[in-house]
Amino acid sequence: MALLTVSNLSLGYDSRAIAEGLTFSVSAGDYLCIVGENGSGKTTLMKTLLGLQEPVGGLISIGEGLKKNEIGYLPQQTIVQKDFPASVYEIVLSGCQGRCGLRPFYSKEEKALAGECMERMGIADLSSKCYRNLSGGQQQRVLLARALCAAQKILLLDEPVAGLDPVVTSEMYDLILGLNKDGITIIMISHDIAAAIRYASHILHIGDKVFYGTRDEYLSSDIGRSFAALQEKGVER
Amino acid sequence: MISKLALYFEYPMVRYALIVGVLIALCSSLLGVTLVLKRFSFIGDGLSHVAFGAIAIASVLNLTDKMLIVLPVTVISAVLLLRTGQNAKIKGDAAIAMISVGALAFGYLLMNIFSTSSNLTGDVCSTLFGSASILTLTKGEVGLCIVLSVAVVLIFIIFYNKIFAVTFDENFAKATGTKTDNYNLLIAVTIAVIIVLAMNLVGSLLISALVIFPALSAMRLFQNFKSVTVCSVILSVICSFSGIIISILAGTPVGSTIVAVDVAAFGLCYLAGAILKIGA
Repeated sequence: MALLTVSNLSLGYDSRAIAEGLTFSVSAGDYLCIVGENGSGKTTLMKTLLGLQEPVGGLISIGEGLKKNEIGYLPQQTIVQKDFPASVYEIVLSGCQGRCGLRPFYSKEEKALAGECMERMGIADLSSKCYRNLSGGQQQRVLLARALCAAQKILLLDEPVAGLDPVVTSEMYDLILGLNKDGITIIMISHDIAAAIRYASHILHIGDKVFYGTRDEYLSSDIGRSFAALQEKGVER
Repeated sequence: MISKLALYFEYPMVRYALIVGVLIALCSSLLGVTLVLKRFSFIGDGLSHVAFGAIAIASVLNLTDKMLIVLPVTVISAVLLLRTGQNAKIKGDAAIAMISVGALAFGYLLMNIFSTSSNLTGDVCSTLFGSASILTLTKGEVGLCIVLSVAVVLIFIIFYNKIFAVTFDENFAKATGTKTDNYNLLIAVTIAVIIVLAMNLVGSLLISALVIFPALSAMRLFQNFKSVTVCSVILSVICSFSGIIISILAGTPVGSTIVAVDVAAFGLCYLAGAILKIGA
């Protein structure tokens, strides 16, 4: 059974739908890329999957013993975070907050987990550094480590490479691919169609036309071909 | 000078003023860091003006215990302002500005139309800029202030990790199972209580200063949340203590003296922060 099954989902605000008829499923170990034009509802879809907003219509069902709060999330950076005075350790540890319930303080295991996640993301030496003084790539690693603290099975990434330079971007993609190889299911929003085609196992294209299928199916579909060609032109220019 | 101080300390009202002043400074700076980071610096201002409006209503109604109306009205406004923060039709800062000036205007209007006092300007001025009322506190008021302060500090310590999570990234906290709405509500209620308490000290125009200056000063100096919080509390307590002492010795208004000391402390911290940065 799939980790996440979405059937005939409509997304939007105030019951006005901006995307309709989304049907797809995510199985354990998948690497799903969500692509589409600006304003097609990619971020809205992610927020709906996370339960931050209600779907306008349709169903999202979660299977295989995955609990609602076992989905890790890498959001786009907010303005608030740009100058936030917090150490890397404090931020990574806050990923464990969802497990705490009403318990006020973090347990030893949670602190150990935070250390482990920092190790895994290669930021253990930055532990006491201030978040706002880090580079963009390091900040993304911190947020990724926090997401790992929250969930070990499935991660939702909202444009994880936005604003990063090419070298750091490819490091970031490798890091994510590594997590996927370790068995973590990845759902990633991306503008970068080339990367989506290179790394993803499945692709969901939303916009005027909706496409869902494996990477190879996408490449041989009309919509995939035209979108990929467009992107290539952009790169050449 | 020392002997003059010693003489003043003979009076219980001076001691009360110091106790209350220090406690209020402590509480307001605790939540200050969160509010500044959540971009709610002006909520202190807005809420205190709401409280001013409520005081006006209470005096028009001739209530003996103004708290009965001031506290609930302020708490409700705080909840409305902080809760609707994300998907409101009118966004955070505009909503605060609207409520703030609206309440101020209505308060003054009410006081003007219905006032029985012979010294209206004096009344308004003392509500806005703080008055000698900090020097006329009764034992009961001091007791209430101590109880509420202890409650605020306890709440802050118990919910410290949750407040951090909600402040740093509300969406993430919500998505991973933290009941963010409840904690926002908690923050709103707490800040409303602190503001109503603080009105006695610095008056409704200057409360923002108590909330934001210590936090901003501490953020110049420290790089992690815990240190910033602790530092802002210590700074705030020192500033307000020395502000009260100076105002007693120099005969200046209590509220504005405390704020002036806060501003000076911010200046020093800014310089120190700049020097540290060059050094590092």
